[in-house]
Amino acid sequence: MSEQTTIRMPDTSKLVVSSSPHYHDMGSIPKIMFTVLAALAPAVFASIYFFGWRALLVLSVCMVSCAAIEALLCRLMRRRISIGDGSALVTGLLLGMTLPVTSPLWMCIVGSFIAIGLGKMVYGGLGGNPFNPASVGRVALLLACPSAMTTWVTVSGCALNKWVVDATTGATPLELVAQNQPGPGFWSLFLGNIGGSIGETCTLALIVGGVFLIALKIIRWQIPVFFIGTVFLITGIAYMVSPCPKFNPMTHVLSGGLMLGAFFMATDMVTSPLNRKGAVVFAIGCGIITTIIRLWGSYPEGISYAILIMNALTPLIDRYTAGRPFGVARKASQKNA
Amino acid sequence: MSHKMPEKSGLNKGDQMNKQIKFYGGVKLDEGKMTSNEPIISAPLEPLYTVPLQQHIGAPAKAVVQKGDKVLRGQLLGEAGSFVSAPVHSPTSGTVRELSSCLGPAGAQLPAVVIESDGEDTAAEPLPIFANWQEASPDELKARVAEAGIVGMGGAAFPTAVKLSPPPNVTIDTVILNGVECEPCLTADHRLMLEHTETIITGARIIARILGVKQIIIAIEMNKPDALEMMTKKAEGTGVEVVGLRVLYPQGAEKQLIYTVTGRKVPSGKLPAHVGCLVTNVSSAAAIADAVCLGKPLYERITTVTGTPVAKPGNILCRVGTPYSSALALCGGVKEDPLKIISGGPMMGMSVYSLDIPIIKGTSGILLLAADEVSQYTPNACLRCGRCNDACPMEMIPGILSSTIEFHHFSLAERWHVMDCIECGCCSYVCPAGRPLVQHMRRAKAVANATRRAAEAASKK
Repeated sequence: MSEQTTIRMPDTSKLVVSSSPHYHDMGSIPKIMFTVLAALAPAVFASIYFFGWRALLVLSVCMVSCAAIEALLCRLMRRRISIGDGSALVTGLLLGMTLPVTSPLWMCIVGSFIAIGLGKMVYGGLGGNPFNPASVGRVALLLACPSAMTTWVTVSGCALNKWVVDATTGATPLELVAQNQPGPGFWSLFLGNIGGSIGETCTLALIVGGVFLIALKIIRWQIPVFFIGTVFLITGIAYMVSPCPKFNPMTHVLSGGLMLGAFFMATDMVTSPLNRKGAVVFAIGCGIITTIIRLWGSYPEGISYAILIMNALTPLIDRYTAGRPFGVARKASQKNA
Repeated sequence: MSHKMPEKSGLNKGDQMNKQIKFYGGVKLDEGKMTSNEPIISAPLEPLYTVPLQQHIGAPAKAVVQKGDKVLRGQLLGEAGSFVSAPVHSPTSGTVRELSSCLGPAGAQLPAVVIESDGEDTAAEPLPIFANWQEASPDELKARVAEAGIVGMGGAAFPTAVKLSPPPNVTIDTVILNGVECEPCLTADHRLMLEHTETIITGARIIARILGVKQIIIAIEMNKPDALEMMTKKAEGTGVEVVGLRVLYPQGAEKQLIYTVTGRKVPSGKLPAHVGCLVTNVSSAAAIADAVCLGKPLYERITTVTGTPVAKPGNILCRVGTPYSSALALCGGVKEDPLKIISGGPMMGMSVYSLDIPIIKGTSGILLLAADEVSQYTPNACLRCGRCNDACPMEMIPGILSSTIEFHHFSLAERWHVMDCIECGCCSYVCPAGRPLVQHMRRAKAVANATRRAAEAASKK
């Protein structure tokens, strides 16, 4: 072939050689984590609206502490600093969302240290932890500082002009129903015009964020649906047997940390089962334990404990719900389980 | 053992696509078929052909020529090295310059015969042409397949004659021709189906005669409507059925193909023959037809040279031994420097570091990726997110397997069926932690095979 134009051949000295496949869908951990942060944004706005600007301070201190503590621990453990993946920020935000707006800042920092240190880094970092770090932090604070963790404020409408809503001895809806007192009405519960921790009150904002995550396939829809559904079902049955405010299913579903826990904390991929079947079992278990604690336990709220207990059972659930590989006969797979 | 075929009403033409069996997992990929409309171009003669004696799975061919010998096109260069092996034939006429070695696509050195072509391209005597193959005995036809050096041209390059010899207590009742070509960017089979339709159909019928099978199905993915139409038209009255399959990677993987077409699942560790099926690539079928009807051994194939950096991507009919650089030059060279050059497709192909590699019987494509098309990322620990399990067509959990392999629990990985991995790459494609899952699987398989070979060798002593 005699062509006038010279053909350019590639320079092969800088070729990248790696294993197949050579395509990737470009999903990544930072993408997932920052999408979760974005999904929590409506709830963050709602919290500032109802509780005042101190809510933003608490959330920020938690997020910054978690990132700083993770960076420090990575350095001490001589590992690559991993805060770029965004998971410390998510843990911080979720931990902050479970604290009351009146939380002293030192408590936020201690909670962050326990969440990141004991909840994640001690297991070798993201992926190695069996327990949801934010839940670990929250439960540690509940046990260590019970009164600070249950100091609520009375919410009434917009608080954007306030630093923090006045602290009074108002009870949260769950505390009310635990004493068999009627809770607030549907719209207050749904929109968040109620007492509670920073991120758990505005059901609407949380559902919007949760649906956003489901649509983007970041979380499995089975977990929130079956978690909330189980709570509704058990309290509903109890309510039918004995209709009193304590068992009111609507109050139970719309108050407390159920929405926050079901959409954002139980769905943490590291600590929840791998496949759909396992997710259903996990979510139903969370729902059952939450309802038992709320109705027949000493605490008005049981979400965090339920999630941690089910986290502990996740490896077992994974093992028994793992599907058989293609072409593997039933008997053979049982032998090798 | 006879197998009942399920109702195949959902397999044709896509209007009943929802009834078609969908295998578990799989990923939807950008098809990137920029060369679908490029007709096959015959490559001109090369001055030098480096013909590897190992172009197939199994023992390398044993050279029957020496330095200085004069050879003709189609002449035997190396005979089959063992039962699982295949002969190698000369791509042109010329002189044997030397018996040496060359770089293969997997990075290992391959024994090779270097032919200096004399420019005449004189053909050797063809293998005896069958007057009427429909009256030839199956054994004769199978011997011809072996003699012609036919191997699986979809990429795996398994000696076809061995595949056509199923174990004694197994009956095959269905022949499936794989025209799916599910790898993105590759179009060699597509063009062959458009331009050599009848040869493929003849090849399918020859295979059916060898095995004594009535049921012949050619499966084509729905992203090739022209090929589907052409194949259906030419297959009318021949007894060959043409089916259109949904576009999902890896529909063309053998086990998934058999499952969609017949509803049968090949058991773990067994062959497709054990569920009564035989799958072969359309290019291999065409090569069989040429071997039987023209007496032509296998020494050339269509290779898709493609990718954004390539100046004029196309489908080139290349003889074995053609260096990648020549095929690329035929396509106008490059517009920009690629960052990756891949032998094969983007999901299962092997990345190479040189263009001095010869095209062999299984080289379906040469794919160039530009710098902005190459994904580079740092792996993290497994997140247990489960996306790999959702994507795996073999319904395994690559993430957990990769963690066990990373910690060297190879026997545990083997118990958890790592040997069933088909290395399709769906898991690595979706992993948000950027883990090199397929690489881990390959490592575990290599360790398992090495352990088994060592145990066999020890028990023989």
